[in-house]
Amino acid sequence: MTDMPAGPVWVKSERQVERERVRRARARRSASIATASTVVFAVLVGWVVTNSPGWPRVQDTFFNPEHFARALPDVISGFWLNVKIFLFAEPLILVVGLLVALVRSTRTAALFPVRALATLYVDTFRGVPTLLVIYMVGFGLPALRLQGIPTDLTALGVIALTLSYGAYVAEVFRSGIESVHPSQVAAARSLGLSHGKTMRFVVLPQATRRVVPPLLNDFISLQKDTALVSTLGVLEALRQAQIYASGKFNYTAYLVAALLFILLTIPMARFTDYLAERTRRRRGA
Amino acid sequence: MSLLTIEGVWKNFHGHSVLRGIDLEVRPHEVVSLIGASGSGKSTLLRCVNLLETVDDGTILLEGRDVTDPRVDVDEVRKRLGIVFQAFNLFPHMTVLDNITLAPRQVHKVPRERAEEEAHALLTRFGLAHKATSYPDQLSGGQQQRVAIIRALATQPRLMLLDEVTSALDPVLVVEVLEIIRELKQSGMTMILTTHEMGFCRDISDTVCFLDGGVLLEKGPPEKIFSDPDEARTRDFLRSVLEARRL
Repeated sequence: MTDMPAGPVWVKSERQVERERVRRARARRSASIATASTVVFAVLVGWVVTNSPGWPRVQDTFFNPEHFARALPDVISGFWLNVKIFLFAEPLILVVGLLVALVRSTRTAALFPVRALATLYVDTFRGVPTLLVIYMVGFGLPALRLQGIPTDLTALGVIALTLSYGAYVAEVFRSGIESVHPSQVAAARSLGLSHGKTMRFVVLPQATRRVVPPLLNDFISLQKDTALVSTLGVLEALRQAQIYASGKFNYTAYLVAALLFILLTIPMARFTDYLAERTRRRRGA
Repeated sequence: MSLLTIEGVWKNFHGHSVLRGIDLEVRPHEVVSLIGASGSGKSTLLRCVNLLETVDDGTILLEGRDVTDPRVDVDEVRKRLGIVFQAFNLFPHMTVLDNITLAPRQVHKVPRERAEEEAHALLTRFGLAHKATSYPDQLSGGQQQRVAIIRALATQPRLMLLDEVTSALDPVLVVEVLEIIRELKQSGMTMILTTHEMGFCRDISDTVCFLDGGVLLEKGPPEKIFSDPDEARTRDFLRSVLEARRL
């Protein structure tokens, strides 16, 4: 209907005004209950922790403001390296993951060896702990002394993270590709689009939208796993904190590193929530 | 006393009023049809009765109780209503029997044995006894919609809401679904239905309501609405439906 008849005009009834007042009152009530229970919970936890027998010691070792201020510059400078590793690894992972997923979704007989290779890759790198991958790539690859293999430890760390996370992300992409209903492929193929064009114009755009939340989840995980690169001796946040802690016999530097990682992951987590909420609303729930 | 009373109901979506002050009474055992073009507000009105949508103004009384009161327990209200959707909305991971017995068992706390007994009785009554252990995707559209009607019936609702239940079916399958609805009327079920099947609507309705741009423009017995409507817009709508049929 485009033409609306010049019908009645809405004047909010007293009934509705009253109803909205009740709804507002309930919203206020819910909000104050939430606030009260949060405060009670926080106070309780705080009380239990600060009254524990070991608290003064713990406070001095982990929550020392003086050490916090002194460790901060080094840990922050190390943290920039984490951010850099993350920013390099992320696009690489997306490319690797997408390529592997696409290879695994092909059905052509001639491509069997590539498909088998992709499957082997996913099976291997999802099975091996990320820390082991980092060791093997970081110490094993340069030992081969091949031409063109980087010797920079940070670069090796990025390669290791890419290999490990690429396998996870490939599976996320693949589940997205397979969640697109076969009727969509049927419609595209019957228009004369090739398998590749069908993927590119019809399947992937729908699949990608669906996998954004699980992908972001993997990236949040990646952000903190950049700390694993410290095991190669790269001077990132965790390594800097370690150095400070072993020099001063105080662990507050670890707290600094932890806070920095949280600060990095929280915006991503809220962004994921926002996307999920937007999808929910679009579906009219 | 009327079973359902709708008074001055308004519903807005994105600053656009879809329902503009609807008044309607439904007596027990009455069959009320809502007709009108797509977007006239028929489905929205059903969804408001079912509390799937919150009205922006006005009141809906079910058996004398205000169900639009924000303090009302919506689950309690829906227990007394059955709704059937255009796209069936059967649960694909459950057998026909489980689809039907889910609400009786989980909501109405009927023991499994009795729930299944009653489900089998309903399936037999509507000629689907042999499909009890099938999954929805193994059934034709008409069979799926009949199962959906049985699922709604299994909770013994006071009022059935049927939202364009034959729109997704081909003409041959439409017949078997309409037969069920006819039988429901004979058994005394109170129903509100939206439909594009004018012949069926004329045949089964006690009251026909014509909605136009969110306004209930005209209401009356089917003989009156279909033969001699008061409003020009009702006449135009019926004529355009007839013309479409002839194509």
